[in-house]
Amino acid sequence: MMNNYETIIGLEVHAQLSTVTKMFCGCRAVFGAAPNTATCPVCQGMPGSLPFINRRAVEFGIMTALAIGCEINAHNRFARKHYYYPDMPKNYQISQYEEPLAEHGRLIVDAGPGPREIGIQRVHLEEDVGKLLHEGALETAQSSSVDYNRAGVPLMEIVSTPDLRSPDEAAVYLRALRAIVVYLGVCDGNMEEGSLRCDANISLRPRGQTEYGTKVEIKNLNSFRNVRDALEHEIKRQTRALETNERIVQETRLWDPDRMVTVSMRSKEFAHDYRYFPEPDLPPLDVQPAWVEEVRARLPELPEARRARFQADYALSVYEADLLTQGRSLADYFEAAARAAGKPKSVANWVLNELLRELPAAADPAIEDCPIPPANLAGLLALIDDGTISGKIAKDVFEKMYRSGDTAQAIVSREGLTQVADEGALGAAVDRVLGEHAKVVEDYRAGKKAALGFLVGQVMKATQGKANPALANRLLIEKLPKV
Amino acid sequence: MAALASLTAHELGARYRSGEATPTQAATEYLARIEALDPEVRAFLTVTREAALRRAAEADARFKAGAPLGPLDGVPVALKDVLCTRGIRTTSGSKILERFVPPYDATVVARLFAAGAVLLGKLNMDEFAMGSSTEHSAFFTTHNPWDLARVPGGSSGGAAAAVAAGMAALTLGTDTGGSIRQPAAFSGVLGMKPTYGRVSRYGVIAFASSLDQVGPFARDAEDAALMLGVIAGADPMDATAIDVPVPDYRAALGQGIEGLRLGVPAEYFMDGMDPEVEQAVRTAIATLEKLGARTEPVSLPHTEYGLAAYYVIAPAEASSNLARYDGVKYGLRAPGARDLIDMYSKTRAAGFGAEVKRRVMLGTYVLSAGYYDAYYGQAQKVRTLVRRDFEQAFARVDLIVAPTTPGVAFKMGEREDPLQMYLNDIFTIPVNLAGLPGVSIPGGFTQAGLPIGLQLIAPAFDEATLLRVAHAYQTVTDWHTRRPALDVPTADRALR
Amino acid sequence: MARLARLDLSAADKERMRSELDKILGYIDKLRALDTRDVLPTSHAVPVTNVMRDDVERPSLPAEDMLANAPDRYREMFRVPRIIEE
Ligand SMILES: [Mg+2]
Ligand SMILES: [Zn+2]
Repeated sequence: MMNNYETIIGLEVHAQLSTVTKMFCGCRAVFGAAPNTATCPVCQGMPGSLPFINRRAVEFGIMTALAIGCEINAHNRFARKHYYYPDMPKNYQISQYEEPLAEHGRLIVDAGPGPREIGIQRVHLEEDVGKLLHEGALETAQSSSVDYNRAGVPLMEIVSTPDLRSPDEAAVYLRALRAIVVYLGVCDGNMEEGSLRCDANISLRPRGQTEYGTKVEIKNLNSFRNVRDALEHEIKRQTRALETNERIVQETRLWDPDRMVTVSMRSKEFAHDYRYFPEPDLPPLDVQPAWVEEVRARLPELPEARRARFQADYALSVYEADLLTQGRSLADYFEAAARAAGKPKSVANWVLNELLRELPAAADPAIEDCPIPPANLAGLLALIDDGTISGKIAKDVFEKMYRSGDTAQAIVSREGLTQVADEGALGAAVDRVLGEHAKVVEDYRAGKKAALGFLVGQVMKATQGKANPALANRLLIEKLPKV
Repeated sequence: MAALASLTAHELGARYRSGEATPTQAATEYLARIEALDPEVRAFLTVTREAALRRAAEADARFKAGAPLGPLDGVPVALKDVLCTRGIRTTSGSKILERFVPPYDATVVARLFAAGAVLLGKLNMDEFAMGSSTEHSAFFTTHNPWDLARVPGGSSGGAAAAVAAGMAALTLGTDTGGSIRQPAAFSGVLGMKPTYGRVSRYGVIAFASSLDQVGPFARDAEDAALMLGVIAGADPMDATAIDVPVPDYRAALGQGIEGLRLGVPAEYFMDGMDPEVEQAVRTAIATLEKLGARTEPVSLPHTEYGLAAYYVIAPAEASSNLARYDGVKYGLRAPGARDLIDMYSKTRAAGFGAEVKRRVMLGTYVLSAGYYDAYYGQAQKVRTLVRRDFEQAFARVDLIVAPTTPGVAFKMGEREDPLQMYLNDIFTIPVNLAGLPGVSIPGGFTQAGLPIGLQLIAPAFDEATLLRVAHAYQTVTDWHTRRPALDVPTADRALR
Repeated sequence: MARLARLDLSAADKERMRSELDKILGYIDKLRALDTRDVLPTSHAVPVTNVMRDDVERPSLPAEDMLANAPDRYREMFRVPRIIEE
């Protein structure tokens, strides 16, 4: 879109942490349990209850902050953020405000034409709210119901600086951030289930202007597609407004993916007065360097570094390396298979083309439960290599391995799929094919080269695909009249 | 004769062990006294008769088997209604929680039950512990057993009156700005606020989280020592309950106070205080000197500012803590609301009393955008100055001795101006701001026969010294053994 | 302020409250007289840090226990009246 305005975008990402229990109580942080079966006095804000910090949640926060180059604030603390809403049991959220866990990080993203550094303003921890169910749409519902199972689930909020310049770049940034939290194992990254949520702040300004325009916050961007679509839409809306001298109101808008529009939720002119103050029920955190180093030592290799290493060590393309490092388990799988097989390039092909097609989703857990362990994939490749089976048969064997969990060797011997690589046996088949297709043989002699391919196909068919294609080719050439 | 109900908890325990009495006998006698006296005193919001007798019978069996749980086994106790009790309604003195039945026990309650204590019931209080008289209870006002026309103090007025009237051997209250020590002074019993963090707040309906602390009302220092020993200590449910070893408080009682340095703060003997109170406290100080303590003047110059800081910090935290009472999850919901916001506003208007509304408004104001630094931020800094006052004093002395309140129990309905009521807490509030332990013990009576409280303040976590001094004082005085003359006019009614 | 605190006060209540709060705020104003430029705030009376728990499950309470006090419910959930944004 050609226009005279520069787009300024900042993203606020909320990641649900993959802890066993909630942020401040021992209830399980589960998704999809029956309503109000995963609650206790603490996460339901009962009178007298008190929060107690989950150490693992703090460490997950530190890990993420380190991975995106943040400075950990030695002194950080929780604060209460007040507003009334029925999904929030205490009518305040325990969050971090003036003293967040970490600040001043950065993330390199490349949405073309080259890599750019996006600043991370802060990383802080907070508790999630419950779930509201409306009878029909919120605007028309006569009543709503609350399930507090999600209330108190640990959230990590990652706020970027307004450095993003296009919807594409915003999506690439979000993808990179998602890869990092998934890699670290601190969040499952599932956007449909809401484990990763994104709000965007967007404003336009005339090119060359240094001060920012009026920003609008867009909520409910729960997929990469939504991020892109909503921001594209909002750019159009704001451009139109600016060009017709309409005032842009500082407000919160909600993305409606079905109607592909953003709708105004509330104007900042009636902004909440959150009345933050330090949470008196929780002593502050004191994150000393020793603790930070201990956590740092536990950090796995991050996607960016691993991508580079895959390209260098395994001679993979940027594209292959990028896809294979989207999840830690996938990358681990590839590396294990590549080491066992010794043929990284073809392992990459098999993983990207065959394995990912079979898996229900590229999500990490699916790979961990994959019925073909890396060693078995290497076993399959070895059978192709030593000529036991053809590449074509191998694809069938792969499918059977996936369904049964058996090794390639077991399937090949059980089903008699070993290649016919014996000259005598194959020669008989070749003779038969030549006899049956005299017309084609004639074409060949007349110089029609394609006829050879047809004949190879017939030999394969005659042997139910078990013929060694190279051998069949050679025998045919030998037996055919010379051109 | 009300023989068992007149005993201290440790005396009662001795009788159980010797077989002279059983927990069921004691519980029965206490329940009869409650029935006879409480229509006049009005200390109880809820009496848990059946549960009490059941627990007493269980205690009987343990003593019979020679395996009691400890010094509080079978001892009849009662609790300020701010402490959550599973299956027993817990109101915090408010209409908004009139029918709230917690699904869990506060940690202190669980510890008392584990120690075998027999719960008689739940006690009246100012709504959400905001008040100094129980006149702000949403239900009724408790009467001072020494003069039924007067208040028992507050907010733990029911807990103080119940011990004073012999309707429980021991009770628990909470103290945010003096809510244990002031009613103890007004009602002529011992009331102790432990160090902030000494006792778990889990299950204590919050008023001001950074100030609230649970503590005992008792007839003497030894009983207080027993109770504190049971309830004190870190708690996996309260991150502010600090992991500091809990000493054997009773063992330290008899060590005497020879050579102990007592500080007397000039600011706690102010103009306009009741001269009878001042006289009694000065006499008590002389008594402590006779016991071997040395006294010297100390200064706590920010005392008056402490009061102002408290009236910022406590309402601010309260406005936050009380936001959850909105008619959604528990408690009152006002009928006939147009929508959610209307329901919130109507519920809170109908459920909260005037004093609570006042403090919620004040707290909301001091935290609101643009005012935070001037009020809340500044109050927290003043809190630091108040703490430093005490640190400097405790560099020179072991303990501070002072009056608990500037005056004695006032008449019901006498204090109408909120600010006048607040000034009543000027000697107790700084102790909460600094998080220190303090105790009020009976230190004399006025000509009119009203109790006077003597306050002792110690450095953090030194409750043992407080109890030791209180005990030493009680070995040479008999204020704590006096009982209000309630029994005679009400005994007939009990028999009816 | 009453709106922020979700309190439905009558005009008379508001007036009375205003005068009472003015008086209390007048008293509190004495705080401003103190020079606290070099003083750090106290938000916790007893200074401790890093009080955390292990990420170990503690059983939740049965839904019926947690719903028992609900003023209104729909199945196993808490029901609230029509939500309108401010
Ligand atoms: Mg947030
Ligand atoms: Zn919970």
